[in-house]
Amino acid sequence: MKKFTKQIYPSFVYLFLYLPILIVIIFSFNDASRSLIWKGFTLKWYFELFHDSGMLTVAAHSIIIGILAASLASSIGTITAVSLFRYRFFGKNLLHGLLFVMIVTPEIVIGISLLLLYSATNVPLGFWSLLLAHTTLCIPFAAITVYSRITSLDKSIFEAARDLGASDFVIFSKIIVPLLLPAIVAAWLLSFTLSLDDVITSYFVSGPGFAILPLKVYAMVRLGIKPEINALCTLLLIGTLLLVVAAQVALKKNEKVGE
Amino acid sequence: MYTNIVELKGVSKCFGDYKALETIDLTIQNGEFITLLGPSGCGKTTILRLISGLEKPDTGHIFINGQDVTDWPPEHRHLNMVFQSYALFPHMTVFENIAFGLRCRKIAKNEIVERVEEILRIVKLTKLAQRKPDQLSGGQQQRVAIARAVVNRPLVLLLDEPLSALDYNLRKDMQVELKQLQRKLGVTFVFVTHDQEEALSMSDRVAVMNEGHIEQLGTPRDVYEEPANLYVAEFIGETNVFETKVIRSDKQTVEVKVEDKRFTFKNKRGLKTRQEVCVTVRPEDLAVWRQEEVGEVSDDMLPGKVEQVIYKGSIVELVVRLESNKRIYATEFFNEDDEKLDYQIGERVWVNWIPGWEVILPV
Amino acid sequence: MGELDSGVGGYFAGMKNNSSFKKICVTVVWSWLFIFAMVPVLLTLITSFLTADSSSLVVFKPTLQNYTQLFNSAYLKILLQSLYLATSCTLLCLIIGYPFAFTIARSKSRHRALLLLLVMIPFWTSSLIRTYAIMALIKAKGILNTVLLAIGLIHHPLSILYSYSAVLLGCVYDLLPFMILPLYGNIEKLNPDLLEAAQDLGAGKIRTMVKVVFPLTMPGIIAGTLLVFLPAMTMFYIPVLLGGAKNLLLGNLIENQFLSANNWPMGAAISMLITVFMGAMILLYWRNAQSKDKQNLQELV
Repeated sequence: MKKFTKQIYPSFVYLFLYLPILIVIIFSFNDASRSLIWKGFTLKWYFELFHDSGMLTVAAHSIIIGILAASLASSIGTITAVSLFRYRFFGKNLLHGLLFVMIVTPEIVIGISLLLLYSATNVPLGFWSLLLAHTTLCIPFAAITVYSRITSLDKSIFEAARDLGASDFVIFSKIIVPLLLPAIVAAWLLSFTLSLDDVITSYFVSGPGFAILPLKVYAMVRLGIKPEINALCTLLLIGTLLLVVAAQVALKKNEKVGE
Repeated sequence: MYTNIVELKGVSKCFGDYKALETIDLTIQNGEFITLLGPSGCGKTTILRLISGLEKPDTGHIFINGQDVTDWPPEHRHLNMVFQSYALFPHMTVFENIAFGLRCRKIAKNEIVERVEEILRIVKLTKLAQRKPDQLSGGQQQRVAIARAVVNRPLVLLLDEPLSALDYNLRKDMQVELKQLQRKLGVTFVFVTHDQEEALSMSDRVAVMNEGHIEQLGTPRDVYEEPANLYVAEFIGETNVFETKVIRSDKQTVEVKVEDKRFTFKNKRGLKTRQEVCVTVRPEDLAVWRQEEVGEVSDDMLPGKVEQVIYKGSIVELVVRLESNKRIYATEFFNEDDEKLDYQIGERVWVNWIPGWEVILPV
Repeated sequence: MGELDSGVGGYFAGMKNNSSFKKICVTVVWSWLFIFAMVPVLLTLITSFLTADSSSLVVFKPTLQNYTQLFNSAYLKILLQSLYLATSCTLLCLIIGYPFAFTIARSKSRHRALLLLLVMIPFWTSSLIRTYAIMALIKAKGILNTVLLAIGLIHHPLSILYSYSAVLLGCVYDLLPFMILPLYGNIEKLNPDLLEAAQDLGAGKIRTMVKVVFPLTMPGIIAGTLLVFLPAMTMFYIPVLLGGAKNLLLGNLIENQFLSANNWPMGAAISMLITVFMGAMILLYWRNAQSKDKQNLQELV
């Protein structure tokens, strides 16, 4: 009984979480166009992906949006975390609450509310609408990632810097940013992941002129299961995996700085 | 340069409902080593933070070098602080840590190098200049923290329990080093600690604090030998306290009853008849006599029984139960050719002291 | 110190510090969140009280119609269906996730980081791709049927795909990590001595669970519910991919109103309904969590 709860049960849950993903990965190398019977190893679906110029454009769009949104979100997230930690200002508690609410808000609510904003202000749906939406989506996650590490720093470090004559900006650029760099990198990586994978919000705020990967995947998946999708999904899965692992490693590194 | 480098006039501070500091006045002289001593929560760190500008007083004014700096931010006060946790910047080398303050004040590069190297020599860290703080020992980190502060040539150096993180032996060494450094630099040190031994051994003056106010300000000798009140007497060192009443008093003398015996002492504090007082005697001021040493029991001797003998190397501490059931402590020093310190538990002894070594304090 | 402990005390928080750097930071943060988070929700609220129009999408004619229509039988059915699915999904996630989170939170600390990372990876992975993976697993010619047919357990392919069960399975699969992580954060903080103390005092295993563990981990349970319940109703591609067109949920309804039926006010009203649900759950969470746990969700990252 003890063994069941300690080992077998968690193994089943992990199996449940990973089996479907593993199947997609395995069958992306299957040399069969329709059936899911194993017909031998091939890389042809990956070659097809890389020779599809439309696909490459879409991927490039996603990567550009991801890089920009992650950079904006991790910058704004960092100054949000720093403000919450160091300053008293009007609406500080409200800001705390707002970040929390933004994290638990279903994406569809965010998506349509931004759609309404864009249509009310005549922002065309495309690059800018996506960038602003993705940045907004990522800010609370970035802010919380950085905030969770800034609180572990020795507070007298900031007082010492102030005592030695450092201005707020110097404290930010010479003390906070270097010390929290791993956490800021982690926030960037997680934001990039969110942007790369976001379907629901993007679905409402993207336009025909600027297609991105997650929506392309959705369109392909709706048409049915094809080996190229397996290959594309595999690439995205591996990308996410690397980003998340890198982010965790960065956060662990920052934990040590705090000690 | 003013002789009174720091002055606090009518300064008080609350944190919410908690009164951290009652209204206090304090004058710190240029070049002295002054220690704020008291238990945690007595307001000593608050005074330090008020002087540094990290906190603002609710009332009163703070003067540094003759100027009212009450509303000045910390960076304009020409003071520097050494933090309890050292607060070294973990991502910078020793050199960069020490140069930080000079760089913030936009001092020329070659002067920065010169001044940092000079201070590194003084604190004997020249070889470790390129190390990061986590590659240093506790004592070395401590010296970096002090160097980082004094390199800016502050008017006053504020030290917030800087030795509390070190182990006993290192702390002893650092006490000596710190005192030497202070003499060499001639900078005013304001030192906060809860360790009375540290305070007595290093300071020119000690301010004994309790619950947000200063109980006594004086030289280490003053606060030890002439405590202003019972709190100071009991906080600094150990002391035996006899609670009693003044039977009779005039300008020169007081008569009190201690353990049912009448004593006449000098009236140093203008005590009045029937005033409640405490007669306090330090353990090392008590003499303990064995039965065979006492020829004739004199009037000032208090009889008792040895309850415990604590051997401490150079001294022996005795716990004596007096006839009134009161327990007192006495410290006897070893004398090479003296074997009389061989007390037995339960042995009958007499205790007295040289008149004048007692301190009589009003309750 | 009380209040001051929330940030850096003294000069940094307690005193007025109006450096231009602070002003810039606070202004940037607040402007961004005001424009892109608060104004849009306000617009949704306003739109939900306006009238739909075929030529210009929305006309400024205030009405309550969008909300009263929610109680039409057709909408009401979808609402109840969504609530039913979301409730089942949340309960399943809780039943599967709680013992799991409990086990990994109590595992040896050197394994714990890896075990947790293995939950975090699906947490951050695109749920669309994971839905697609489930779809590949259970479709008529999918792996599950192939394997079951091959080992002779069944003789005709099961048709799980495009059924209610498939949608439920997809939801549980997608959202399970969102339940596990907050639970883990809460259970890990639980002092193991408490469990021993309870058992020492004569409480049985079940009694310890019900009387000690569950109440203490309630903030985690509510946080997990918060992260599972609402997405279960609104992840519109799960029903589309796994349920065909049959299992319409609130998410699909909103999508429809906005992108096909062009009835934005109606869509906004449904969105506000979800927001109200969310508000109620957040209040419940905040009342349950101790004040210091309020930012508990930061443990997710």
